[in-house]
Amino acid sequence: MSRKPTKVVLLYVNVLLLATCGLIYELLAGTLGSYLLGDSVTQFSLVIGLYLSAMGLGAWLSRHLEGNLARRFIELELAVALVGGLSAPVLYLAFSRVEHFQVVLLGFVACIGTLVGLELPLLMRLVQSQVAFKDLVSHVLTFDYAGALLASLLFPLVFVPHLGLVRTSLLVGLGNAGVALWGTWLLGADLPRVRGLRVRALLVIGLLAAGVGFSGQLTDWSESALYGDDIVYARSSAYQRILVTKGRAGFQVFLNGNLQFASADEYRYHEALVQPALISRAARAGGARRVLVLGGGDGLALREVLAHDSVEAVTLVDIDPAMTELGESFPPLAELNRRAFHDDRVQVVNEDAMIWLENAPAGWDAAIIDFPDPNTLALGKLYTRRFFQMLRSHLGPDAVVAVQATSPLFARRSFWCIVATLRASGFTALPYHVAVPSFGEWGFVLAALGPLEPPRDLPDALPLRFLNRETLDSLFRFSADMGPVDVDINRLDNQLLVRYYESEWRRWQ
Amino acid sequence: MSGPSRRDFVAALLGVPFALSCRASARHLPDGDLLVPGKVAGHRLRDSPAPVEPPERAWQTAEVVVVGGGAAGLAAAWWLARAGMQDVCVLELDEAAGGTSRAGASAITAHPWGAHYIVAPRPHQASLIALLGELGALEAEPNTRTPVFGAEPLVAEQAVCRDPEERLFYRGRWYEGLYPWPGASARDRAQLERFQSEIGRWVAFRDARGRRAFALPRSGASDDAEVTALDRISFGGWLDAQGLDSQRLRWLTDYACRDDYGLLARDTSAWAGIGYFAARIKEPGDEPQPVVTWPEGNARLTDALARPLGARLRLNTVVCRVDQKPEGVEVRAMGPEGPVGIRARRAILATPEYVTERILRSPEANSRPRVVSDRGAWAVANLHLDQRPRTRAREAPLSWDNVFYASPSLGYVVATHQAGRDYGPTVLTWYYPFTGDGAGARRELDSASREEWATVALADVSRAHPDLAEHCRRIDVAYWGHGMVRPRPGSVFDPARRAAIAPLGVVHFASSELSGVSLFEEALDHGVRAAEEVLLALGHRA
Repeated sequence: MSRKPTKVVLLYVNVLLLATCGLIYELLAGTLGSYLLGDSVTQFSLVIGLYLSAMGLGAWLSRHLEGNLARRFIELELAVALVGGLSAPVLYLAFSRVEHFQVVLLGFVACIGTLVGLELPLLMRLVQSQVAFKDLVSHVLTFDYAGALLASLLFPLVFVPHLGLVRTSLLVGLGNAGVALWGTWLLGADLPRVRGLRVRALLVIGLLAAGVGFSGQLTDWSESALYGDDIVYARSSAYQRILVTKGRAGFQVFLNGNLQFASADEYRYHEALVQPALISRAARAGGARRVLVLGGGDGLALREVLAHDSVEAVTLVDIDPAMTELGESFPPLAELNRRAFHDDRVQVVNEDAMIWLENAPAGWDAAIIDFPDPNTLALGKLYTRRFFQMLRSHLGPDAVVAVQATSPLFARRSFWCIVATLRASGFTALPYHVAVPSFGEWGFVLAALGPLEPPRDLPDALPLRFLNRETLDSLFRFSADMGPVDVDINRLDNQLLVRYYESEWRRWQ
Repeated sequence: MSGPSRRDFVAALLGVPFALSCRASARHLPDGDLLVPGKVAGHRLRDSPAPVEPPERAWQTAEVVVVGGGAAGLAAAWWLARAGMQDVCVLELDEAAGGTSRAGASAITAHPWGAHYIVAPRPHQASLIALLGELGALEAEPNTRTPVFGAEPLVAEQAVCRDPEERLFYRGRWYEGLYPWPGASARDRAQLERFQSEIGRWVAFRDARGRRAFALPRSGASDDAEVTALDRISFGGWLDAQGLDSQRLRWLTDYACRDDYGLLARDTSAWAGIGYFAARIKEPGDEPQPVVTWPEGNARLTDALARPLGARLRLNTVVCRVDQKPEGVEVRAMGPEGPVGIRARRAILATPEYVTERILRSPEANSRPRVVSDRGAWAVANLHLDQRPRTRAREAPLSWDNVFYASPSLGYVVATHQAGRDYGPTVLTWYYPFTGDGAGARRELDSASREEWATVALADVSRAHPDLAEHCRRIDVAYWGHGMVRPRPGSVFDPARRAAIAPLGVVHFASSELSGVSLFEEALDHGVRAAEEVLLALGHRA
């Protein structure tokens, strides 16, 4: 066998590429695991350990590979390209569909690790006849470790921020398939029926390239660009598009492109939404026992409600089962809401709140209303006088209600329209607001039948991070740029709030 | 039904291009039923001149017997009950009461089979206000639930048509409202403005007695010569005379006439055409009175009217003759279990005039003025969808009333709209008024099958919703062969129509046909008026 030394050098370049690809698969699996399942220490440890041991298994198995080694190598590369390249898209798809996601994830890790473990021993055997053993070991390992460095730099700095996990996976698969195709020329002299191999390589490349094209279905290029952070969960339900992104400061949940909360500062929002109402209720007629939560499928308002020992039963009504499922079983979110959906006191109803109220039980001690902002007619109806009147007829006499009411700064007329509509529905309404860094200034309304005072005292037992006695009454004071404005009330037959809201937010976008 | 002849039917009703395009959808037509109200029973009456005499044990007595369980008949019985007269019996030939206000129901939602809205009442409409109050459809004080009255009666928020009320499919896109604004020229806009100011002039009109030119119901409106003159010309002719020839405006006026009367503007009395717009506006420059509606349409109203009757509402009962006797009135009918008779002190006939003529036997019957009305044919299809049709971004969203500019149909209303059900399955109620005339065309409609109508409905609605066929699970069709009285020029102020209102001995007349327009408000007005006549005659009113 005669081979020019340049070809050997090119094979070393292959080693570099393979090492880079191999490590990226490992990083992908670890990242996906920690995004989707939470607890990144466990996920990364498991993935790295399993991956390395699987590579060992591959290396051990490599001695059983006989026959035309060049051909085996090309086929191996194509297998790595397929399994590794499709790993992230398949895992994404599997996440919302299979019960034991962890098993599927680790299965992929083991499979890719084994295949990658086969690569280097095979390559070394391919060139062993042309290079002295000490040179071979030295060069292969050098390029291998250099590849690892390259991967560990490219993955966090280039691939994840610019491409997202799914496209990274597909592109790295394309890298492996490219190595295979290139190999058909590099090792051409040793390859019989080379054309068949090239066709297969092209098929794999075509498949992965198509995957890149369709990856928009999974996580949109534009969406990724729009959200800045990596999209770790995306699902279009019958009612909305639910999207979870993961960034440095935690994760964010978006509905139809609108931020619902960021894990970093949601406690400010949810404490402010829930606690004043429950504390007021306790001051009026003892701690709330039966609490209604309308909207709030993320379970975070639920967490605040369940912190009260007086609470015996909570009914949460959210139209979208996809949202309450996410709150129940998306590990990072379930962790954040302290597994609120697993609390025995909680009952979940997936129905439009207005339809549900028609035949709902009455006598609630408190109601927490956490609908998305009124940016559609279907949401706008949940802020109408009719809706609040229906709610009113389902409340106990000393009930207290809290309503999320969009931003009094960005959507000032919308905010005061909700206040006015509550008043027109027979409620005493006390508007208040809080600064939530990821949202800006945010507004709420405390409402009750009969006289209502801002709450003054905070029970010590509550595990609060934001609210304290010193600042509680400051929530109820408005600066000049957020103060009351003249507005009409929102009714089913005028849907005024949606119009206010659209015109106000348009100014800020 | 074979493919080609169904295509011919579609071509006749929607135009040739639709017939060609509906081939694919017609093959997978969803199931459904055909409802032809009154047809079987009505034709039984027409074809059997000699009714069987009820045996003596099948005779019953009542204080008042009402013939016809449509809105007018039910209103008469309801008003009598409100005045304390309980011994009233209503005979209805169909298997359900309500007439053209009937409704159907599915697991998803109730849906109308005909009339589906009223105009929010003005203070003078006492009976309608009373009815809405009974329904809880007036704004009420939350604790006591007593209605709050301002200067005007306030209809409860949930009964006023929910926003967005209407949208128009024009040149491939949905736009808010009914007027086709896109591409409207300065001339179009100027003509619309002039039309509105002409209507405003009629809104402002008051005769020497202070009556408006147009009001709902029409009994409160003026009959000055200046007003009645409008009935002698067509609405189209009136528009021509005003120099209003903008295509968009003429579409709007045609649409209004098709919607309320089943006619084109050129065939409609100008009184009725102008009245469509002017009667709904309080003062010049005001917005029209809001529309009041329910998922099941006006069946909400007729159900409430029928409620006090209970078993005294007799369905499937075809009245064959009504005889005046010295001691009162005798009604002979074919009930579901054979011939029945009712002897009553008074009768109220709330039947179409062509039926009244046939069943009324009285020495003076021949002297009663003969009212001849043109009646339009309508088809109504209820399309049951497992999901709403898609609306593209930045288009007007699905509304209560959804109209196609280029279609002879009236478009569709969404039965789940008023209930606030914004997602998932729904029922679209599609209306097609046959504006033409001619016995031949009518015969063809009368014999059209459910499949033919369903094909037309599907093809028509698909023009705006290409994904309709994949979501449509069922299409039920109702065919109203003699659906509504059509106010052609000269018919509204036909002296015979007014004269025919007068009672004949112990028989009173309540059909909305006596108004010349088929609207719930007119039926209610005549029913209540006839009931008042009876109450007065029987000494219940001073």
